[in-house]
Amino acid sequence: MTDLSYTSPRSGSRTANILLRWALYIMLGLFALFYLMPLFVMVITSFKSLDEIRTGDLISLPREVTFDAWRTAWSGACTGIQCEGVRPFFWNSVLIAIPAVLISTLIGALNGYVVAQWRFKGANLFFALMLFGCFIPFQVVLLPMARMLGLMGMAGTIPGLIFVHVIYGLGFTTLFFRNYYVSIPSELTKAAKVDGAGFFRIFWSIFLPLSLPIIVVTVIWQFTQIWNDFLFGVSFSQAGTQPVTVALNNIVNSTTGVKAYNVDMAAAIIAALPTLFVYVVAGKYFVRGLTAGSVKG
Amino acid sequence: MAPILEINNLFKSYGSVEILKDINVAIEQGDFLVLVGPSGCGKSTLLNCIAGLEPITGGQLSIGGKDMTHVSPKDRDIAMVFQSYALYPTMTVAKNITFGMKVRGVDQATQDEKLAHVATQLQIEPLLNRKPGQLSGGQRQRQRVAMGRALVRDPKLFLFDEPLSNLDAKLRVEMRTEIKALHQRLGASMVYVTHDQIEAMTLATKIVVMKGGVIQQIGTPSEIYNHPANLFVADFMGSPAMNLIPAKTKANGKGVEIEIASKSGDPITLIDTKNKDLPEDVILGVRPEDIADASLRGGEGRQEADCLIDIVEPAGADTFAVMQLGGKHVTARLHAETGAVAGQNLNLVFDLGKVSYFAPETGERLN
Ligand SMILES: Nc1ncnc2c1ncn2[C@@H]1O[C@H](COP(=O)(O)OP(=O)(O)O)[C@@H](O)[C@H]1O
Ligand SMILES: [Mg+2]
Repeated sequence: MTDLSYTSPRSGSRTANILLRWALYIMLGLFALFYLMPLFVMVITSFKSLDEIRTGDLISLPREVTFDAWRTAWSGACTGIQCEGVRPFFWNSVLIAIPAVLISTLIGALNGYVVAQWRFKGANLFFALMLFGCFIPFQVVLLPMARMLGLMGMAGTIPGLIFVHVIYGLGFTTLFFRNYYVSIPSELTKAAKVDGAGFFRIFWSIFLPLSLPIIVVTVIWQFTQIWNDFLFGVSFSQAGTQPVTVALNNIVNSTTGVKAYNVDMAAAIIAALPTLFVYVVAGKYFVRGLTAGSVKG
Repeated sequence: MAPILEINNLFKSYGSVEILKDINVAIEQGDFLVLVGPSGCGKSTLLNCIAGLEPITGGQLSIGGKDMTHVSPKDRDIAMVFQSYALYPTMTVAKNITFGMKVRGVDQATQDEKLAHVATQLQIEPLLNRKPGQLSGGQRQRQRVAMGRALVRDPKLFLFDEPLSNLDAKLRVEMRTEIKALHQRLGASMVYVTHDQIEAMTLATKIVVMKGGVIQQIGTPSEIYNHPANLFVADFMGSPAMNLIPAKTKANGKGVEIEIASKSGDPITLIDTKNKDLPEDVILGVRPEDIADASLRGGEGRQEADCLIDIVEPAGADTFAVMQLGGKHVTARLHAETGAVAGQNLNLVFDLGKVSYFAPETGERLN
């Protein structure tokens, strides 16, 4: 909240000022309500029984809290012919997301370090091309990527998905680290060179320890992207390697007969929990990292 | 003995822009070489070339008698203090100082011993466990740590890039003295970059004056001060600057008659008995301290003239009197108890024993 009184230069308009402030708060409140409503409905629905959902009101609290839907969603719901819930797919997502996040972050850090501090010939062009990679629509690359994974013998495998996510994350991770490292005075690198340190030593001993804020930003960004990905997940997986987003889609779409809204909701919340968790734990570093300025040497 | 640093025909370009042109310098063991010049003239670039941090485009460079033209910085046996100090932000002061030794695989006992020695020398023992961001003493302490990092290497050659430019005026003078004392104590060879001509004069055993990537003059502080090679050096070195007065010369039985236009009408005429063969149009260079009160100073080779004083500026030990000669403001450094009064004539003596003459077209020195 910056100084709102500044928006009205006339000192006589105190009432207008207060009105403006209230209008703003009401608007913010409405927005918050608007965004929180679906989450609220999801959470209460997941704790209701199907009977209650059918008879009750969409936004009323559950009369009787039950965890059945959660249990089913986790380990019993049917995703096609298989009825094991989202659990196996949740672990697939973990196995994909964690290595992909770590690898793309590390390579992005190295790339950013090179582009920002070791200005080789063509560094700007290289960086421009990396940036361009951020803006290529995913759909465009599905077929070539499928062919490539096939050639490498990684089609339908978890390493294959990790590979795809690493490649697609590199544009962003490089951008983040490059912009962060560009603000670090180049004299730091020079001093380390005179001290006898080489390329990796300087990266490891001087740049990485400085990078916590931007590592947090990159990890959150990458984790959210990879965990929430559906398109690559559905295109490059096969039975047994599908991520949780694909399973969620299958649960919601493959129910025959009565729609188990409570199970769908519970499954959706389970699928969203890890990204929520990452935000809650590291969110404040996220904002701090995005605005982090140069480092005083 | 071979020079400790020798630079031959060094050129440096960034892309198509030539930054350094045909640099030739050599210094002996124990010399304190100062590179001085206005901002952007290529001093830091030259220092980086000496350090090996920038590849050179042409020429050759040796340190300690060994060709170092293509040797990497770590093998040049140098240490460098940077303008921003470039302390490693995540390491403690102690780690900052020992990082180089650690990288080189020096054993822990030697590291500790050298660290202790340097810390005592610079009186930074209480700071050893702090990180650069926690140094309450600000720039002064950071500067010391940066010095410590260089000293601990005990190199053949120290390189300094404007190490005092981040300090306030008072501290700058203090640290200047400290660096000079350090140089005398260590007997080390140093190359020091500054844009501050006073720093250059006070510290150097040898000065290189640069402009636009070209060396203007190399010499001892006294040579640079008393025999500036051209108008640029004459104007750049010394404060207040040397008076550069357009004048006409005429051969005369005893020597050369020098005529300077004066605001009050009649030109003033001085006779130089030492210098001959001057062209008709010259620029006369006179240091402010070579113009004095006639009543307080006498002797041979001194030429008297009446001058209309425009402004009198007492500055404690000296009083500066400003007048207009040859269409230029001319400053005289007078004794504190001068009788100069603004708006009145004063009889001044010009010490022609030390004057410089420059060609107006080329700016080159004539005598
Ligand atoms: N990396 C670089 N690329 C291109 N030009 C540069 C680079 N570094 C310095 N320059 C240019 O070289 C000139 C000399 O710079 P520098 O040596 O830093 O001057 P000084 O230290 O004397 O102030 C300046 O005009 C500067 O713009
Ligand atoms: Mg500089």
